[in-house]
Amino acid sequence: MLNYTFDWSIITSGQYFDWLVSGLITTLKLSAISIVMAFILGLVIAVMRMSHNKPVRWFAHIYLEFFRNTPLLVQIFFWYFGSYKILPTVINDWLNKTGFEFAAAAIALTIYTSAFIAEDIRSGVLSIPKEQMEAARSAGFSYLRSMQYIILPQAVRITIPPLVNQFLNLAKNSSLAMTIGVMEMTYQARQVESYTFKGFEAFTAATVVYLVLSIVITAMVNLYNEKVLNIHKAA
Amino acid sequence: MITFKGVHKWFKSLHVLNDINLHVSPGEVLVVCGPSGSGKSTLIRTINQLEPINQGTLIVDGMDLSDKKTDINKLRAEVGFVFQQFNLYPHLSVIGNITLAPIKIRNIPKKEAEEQAMELLTRVGLAEKRDAYPLQLSGGQQQRVAIARGLAMKPRIMLFDEPTSALDPEMIGEVLEVMKDLARSGMTMVVVTHEMGFAREVAHRVVFMDYGVILEEAPPEDFFLRPQHERAQQFLRQLLTPMQAG
Repeated sequence: MLNYTFDWSIITSGQYFDWLVSGLITTLKLSAISIVMAFILGLVIAVMRMSHNKPVRWFAHIYLEFFRNTPLLVQIFFWYFGSYKILPTVINDWLNKTGFEFAAAAIALTIYTSAFIAEDIRSGVLSIPKEQMEAARSAGFSYLRSMQYIILPQAVRITIPPLVNQFLNLAKNSSLAMTIGVMEMTYQARQVESYTFKGFEAFTAATVVYLVLSIVITAMVNLYNEKVLNIHKAA
Repeated sequence: MITFKGVHKWFKSLHVLNDINLHVSPGEVLVVCGPSGSGKSTLIRTINQLEPINQGTLIVDGMDLSDKKTDINKLRAEVGFVFQQFNLYPHLSVIGNITLAPIKIRNIPKKEAEEQAMELLTRVGLAEKRDAYPLQLSGGQQQRVAIARGLAMKPRIMLFDEPTSALDPEMIGEVLEVMKDLARSGMTMVVVTHEMGFAREVAHRVVFMDYGVILEEAPPEDFFLRPQHERAQQFLRQLLTPMQAG
């Protein structure tokens, strides 16, 4: 016999439901902001990694190795506990007002994921025939403009499947933000569990939320991908 | 318009351009031919610095390519380049391919750029393909779009690097027609090609290269009827009777 009475009502209504919803909203915000920022930063680092300028290329190389090869949790702690000590007081005060935990988590997720995205985009760029760069350069575009208008739009399209993976990882990794007190989904599920001892229900809710979030991200990117693929198919 | 003075280029130890001296006047149509590996593609690619030269002087449209201070992007905007493999941008429609550089480099308003693009598309006979994507087109159509793309920048010089070599035989004619039209309009053109019919009809001069050296330089009628150099005679024989060449 099970010595446990299920009570699903706690997660479908009332105060605990509100907690979970606020956790969900924070997770969505954190993931969305970090995905956009990580994608933009990843593009920049990818272009720097392929730059003809040696110091720029090496900076990007070190960045990639550094952030890909250290644990995300350590990076989150670094931004939260470490950067606090070296930032000017003015910035600290401002960050405290706006929610330093959230900012630290977003920065950590952005930088960590951007390193992976940059490598994916770089392999996408390398798969574009070099004649495309020649055509762009011979039209009078600079190296960076050629990247912007001709190479990257093509590279990003073929990079979409690995990019989806990175976006999913980011959304799931955002749960680590609870360790520095960001009141996101996992944090709130934990909170509900400590108040009600209904751990099964609380974490089932969290599980379903992450699952749905992943499915939605995949579907959204696939929808975009399909439009792109149509061009390629017709092509 | 284009002046080579003692130009040399090496790929590692390979001497691909050996003491090139050549002058192309405004409005002139110059055909460059020669066996594969003769350096003719490298020669044409130096004109817009897709290949930098190692030694000598190269002046294009008044700009000195051996001078590091020359703004190479500005030069390239004045020189259209048509590739053997077309190299259209596959992610952009036909009209997008043609208007990209005018809009982004010349800062022409989109609507105006599209009007000009439509004029060019009409000129190359592809007005109805404005919204197609490059890979939906045949090779001959792609190359005509590529020519329109080059012309959209209103270049002072057009360069063609074996523009018909990648085409099925039945499509060569349509591309050559567009090029002949352009030649007759007074465009300065340098064309690397084996299309001797084209050379006969519109070229002012033919240059024959081998081993990175210009071996012969003559008006087309002289070149075809009285080739001086033995390599040129051999080349023409093989070109005219390919079956016996092997």
